[in-house]
Amino acid sequence: MTDRGLDAPLTVWGYRRDHGRTHPPLLSPDYKSTVLRAPARPLTELPHTLTEVTGPLLGEGRVGALDHDLTRQHAGEPLGERIIVHGRVLDGDGGAVPHSLVEVWQANAAGRYAHDLDRHPAPLDPNFTGVGRCVTDADGRYRIITVKPGAYPWKNHHNAWRPAHIHFSLFGRAFTQRLITQMYFPGDPLFAFDPVLNSVRDPAARARLVSSFDLTETVPEWALAYRFDIVLRGREQTPMEDEEDEE
Amino acid sequence: MRRPITPSQTVGPFFSHALPWTDGARVVPAGTEGAIWLRGTVTDGAGQPVPDALVETWQADPDGRFDHPDDPRGAAAGFRGFGRCPTDGSGGWAILTRKPGPVPGPDGTTQAPHVDLSVFARGLLDRVVTRLYFPDEAEANATDPVLARIADPDDRATLVAEATSDGYRFDIRLQGDRETVFFAI
Repeated sequence: MTDRGLDAPLTVWGYRRDHGRTHPPLLSPDYKSTVLRAPARPLTELPHTLTEVTGPLLGEGRVGALDHDLTRQHAGEPLGERIIVHGRVLDGDGGAVPHSLVEVWQANAAGRYAHDLDRHPAPLDPNFTGVGRCVTDADGRYRIITVKPGAYPWKNHHNAWRPAHIHFSLFGRAFTQRLITQMYFPGDPLFAFDPVLNSVRDPAARARLVSSFDLTETVPEWALAYRFDIVLRGREQTPMEDEEDEE
Repeated sequence: MRRPITPSQTVGPFFSHALPWTDGARVVPAGTEGAIWLRGTVTDGAGQPVPDALVETWQADPDGRFDHPDDPRGAAAGFRGFGRCPTDGSGGWAILTRKPGPVPGPDGTTQAPHVDLSVFARGLLDRVVTRLYFPDEAEANATDPVLARIADPDDRATLVAEATSDGYRFDIRLQGDRETVFFAI
């Protein structure tokens, strides 16, 4: 490709904006830590320039051979219910997000993180760090092997418990597509009481954070499978200007 | 087929054993000619340091190019452009990088050199996004199409770093007095 220099106007296709429909409001007072951390002033709209439609393309170089299997990172196997978590990373137009880094982290089966500051009096597991990485394949598929994390208490309010969850970090192919989220397990009785999950106001959007049990990918006599598809933002159909509501 | 996006959730308090990389805070290797440190603190609405935040940076190379196929001028290979640093007990972060060049903006404009930043933390249900601009680029900053969207000079000033002996200082105030301008992206 030729160097068009800095003066030639460039056509940049931005990414569709959420306009607050899907993501949780930054100030969600039921989740107490938001009260002093959420910006108080309205956000300024950032046009999607070259800086925003590009992003780090992190892939194979960031992932070790056993990073996708959280049950094989130590001398022995971790305690707990072995599970397979898999799915596709897609964009908002249904296209695959291929060759893209997926990072996960979670508590162990007893609900304790291998983190210095986690004070929950549940046992650490010497065979479980709870940190994994993988790269999506050409069809955007990923697959990790882990143990089902436990629920754990936190100090947000009296008798507060987080539903079992796995943290996911995704890059997509653009700064605008960066996403950190949490995957939950179907049917958890703690859903109704969790201010983090319920910070997502739209019930249909909340439901997209809950994985589905997947008998087809379950490996007989070895591990249950859960499916969790992740959808990153899709692209505008026209360059830059189109920042209107679409629906 | 259109598909609705997955909602964001907080990074939570317990990521520092998971997300940081050994070389995460070094966009360029130590000893790189022309390398600068971008340093700052993250503070909350009470002015207290945020010791459990993650700061990520994304920027062009010194020629204003990106190592990315969607740069229509062609990918400029070799500059990672991405930095990641957890805050320490004092809310401090530091990224070693090179100063970016100017980048083409909308409608034939030129953007002043800038670094996009994301901040993740417990209590942030979605990342917050801001931009770092450079104090020694007053002329370019004056015509930058993004800075031009911010009417109040005091607000604009929250996006301009301060020069230091080995780079620049950029404090991020999540809320309250001199709150950093954050962007809807």
